[in-house]
Amino acid sequence: MKNVFVYCEIEGTTVAEVSQELLTKGRKLANRLGVQLHAVAAGSGITGKVESQILPYGVDKLFIFDAPGLFPYTSAPHTDLLVNLFKEEQPQICLMGATVIGRDLGPRVSSSLTSGLTADCTQLEIGDYEDIKTHEKYTDLLYQIRPAFGGNIVATIVNPEHRPQMATVRSGVMQKQIIDPDYKGEVVIADVAKYVPETAYVVKVIDRHIEAAKHNLKGSAIVVAGGYGVGSKEGFDQLFQLAKELHGEVGASRAAVDAGFVDHDRQIGQTGVTVHPKVYIACGISGQIQHIAGMRDSGIIISINTDPDAPINKIADYVIIGKVEEVVPKLIKYYKANSK
Amino acid sequence: MEYKIIVLAKQVPDTRNVGKDAMTEAGTVNRAALPAIFNPDDLLALEQALQIKEQNPGTKVGVLTMGPPRAGEIIRQGLYRGADTGWLLTDRLFAGADTLATSYALATAIKKIGGADIIIGGRQAIDGDTAQVGPQVAQKLGLNQVTYAEEILKIEDGKATIRRHIDGGVETVVAPLPLVITVNGSATPCRPCNAKLVMKYKRATCPSERPAEGTPYDYLYEQKPYLNLTQWSVADVDGDPGQCGNAGSPTKVKAVQNIVFQAKESKTLSGSDADVEGLIQELLNEKIIG
Repeated sequence: MKNVFVYCEIEGTTVAEVSQELLTKGRKLANRLGVQLHAVAAGSGITGKVESQILPYGVDKLFIFDAPGLFPYTSAPHTDLLVNLFKEEQPQICLMGATVIGRDLGPRVSSSLTSGLTADCTQLEIGDYEDIKTHEKYTDLLYQIRPAFGGNIVATIVNPEHRPQMATVRSGVMQKQIIDPDYKGEVVIADVAKYVPETAYVVKVIDRHIEAAKHNLKGSAIVVAGGYGVGSKEGFDQLFQLAKELHGEVGASRAAVDAGFVDHDRQIGQTGVTVHPKVYIACGISGQIQHIAGMRDSGIIISINTDPDAPINKIADYVIIGKVEEVVPKLIKYYKANSK
Repeated sequence: MEYKIIVLAKQVPDTRNVGKDAMTEAGTVNRAALPAIFNPDDLLALEQALQIKEQNPGTKVGVLTMGPPRAGEIIRQGLYRGADTGWLLTDRLFAGADTLATSYALATAIKKIGGADIIIGGRQAIDGDTAQVGPQVAQKLGLNQVTYAEEILKIEDGKATIRRHIDGGVETVVAPLPLVITVNGSATPCRPCNAKLVMKYKRATCPSERPAEGTPYDYLYEQKPYLNLTQWSVADVDGDPGQCGNAGSPTKVKAVQNIVFQAKESKTLSGSDADVEGLIQELLNEKIIG
């Protein structure tokens, strides 16, 4: 009862990185609350393969649901197993990745249990809350913190009455950390038929293609990111050239992605990838909160912008006042000239 | 086959074009400074519905929206593109809804309408980016869901074949009707307004959109009943006020902050050759770049 649960996403027999990041965060929240961390893994042929990818993050109990119809993921069976498990276990917090699966499953589960769900949180903390109308006081609630309204404000959301308190978090926002490779957690093999009726397996996946990631933006040490100020697809070619010279990757703001300058999978920010590079070069990016949420932990931030008052300049280590199309070629030229 | 399709659509502030005056001094959102638009993903959902209608003569497409009276514009935008009808949910009791209370209101209205074969909406709205309302409506109606749809490939024998986006790829699923579908941003763009339909429906309004003192063309609403758009309150859809709006929302906003970034001590450079070369040398010397 009242434990912290993390739903682990599994591709074949591999646990998603975002789930391990959430297990790490979940462990910290459980410690703060003095409760246990529990994990749920559902798939086909996963028993014996996923335990070592989950327990080392400090999981006290792992529920494994292993049945042929549970992979590839479809909404109804995974909803049923979580809803029925949660009715028995009464968790106080449930975390899942803000992935395609988490964003399909989370709302369905929260609606079934009439519990609140906050999407795309960038911070999770424990704290108290007083209802301004009823003056009722609540202790140790989950603060679900996220940029809102297109990233122009940051909101702290709480669920005072309903349990579990549910939140989704994007990949890369939390950092994963193994607590103990031999952490002794209990493994419970669930009787799937007890949780999922046969009638749940109605949506059939008839074809599926997963491509290996085209780039490693999330893990890159150097990121050259472009905003709307880059002006065009052609403008981004220069950024790709600079990234290639520096052995980095190209990212973009939402405005640049929406304008069609670059692929969606390169979007950095709350609704894109979160990056932690050594060097972040922001080209023509004004710096909305929603973007900064995805890159503020970068080591050195260099901003190239014609506007000296661009918000991103406030968090930059170096600000170059100038046009992207003039400064970037100079960066390439002098990097080539000065590096060996 | 004839299908009954309900398109879920939302009027949203255009958060993609936020100017400097979009925030007030107090750090709250200045809604007046933001244009209200048809949520982009919902337009893509409308297009999918209209394509099904073209391929299946006799199919009826209706646009369901919730919002203040001015959200009647969303229904008109749907009619201009080929929708047959629409419903506006508007009531103070609906205000302040989180995604769960919103989906309760929409599901209740869908029941009032008498259900549908396909309920389709955008994956998410740009003012919240939660992607929660579609799946929650599906759950409340006890229907299956297919989210992140890119294209409805075919509908036959009571089943829809849908290509959908997944992390790192695509998959094709077959799901039985009735079904809730949410459409991903990568789907086909929506067709523009049709000039004839604009002429036909430009006076179409919900009762609360019309000024109390009346208009010179009030007679039209009697002559052409299709110009009189359906408007429903909580009571009209037999809704439970306790599950609507702020009262029906499990999530509460504890605090809203206008973020002030911890300003760093930054070096400001010009774009001159000397400054850029100096920066590169500094970064190389300090082994920040290799």
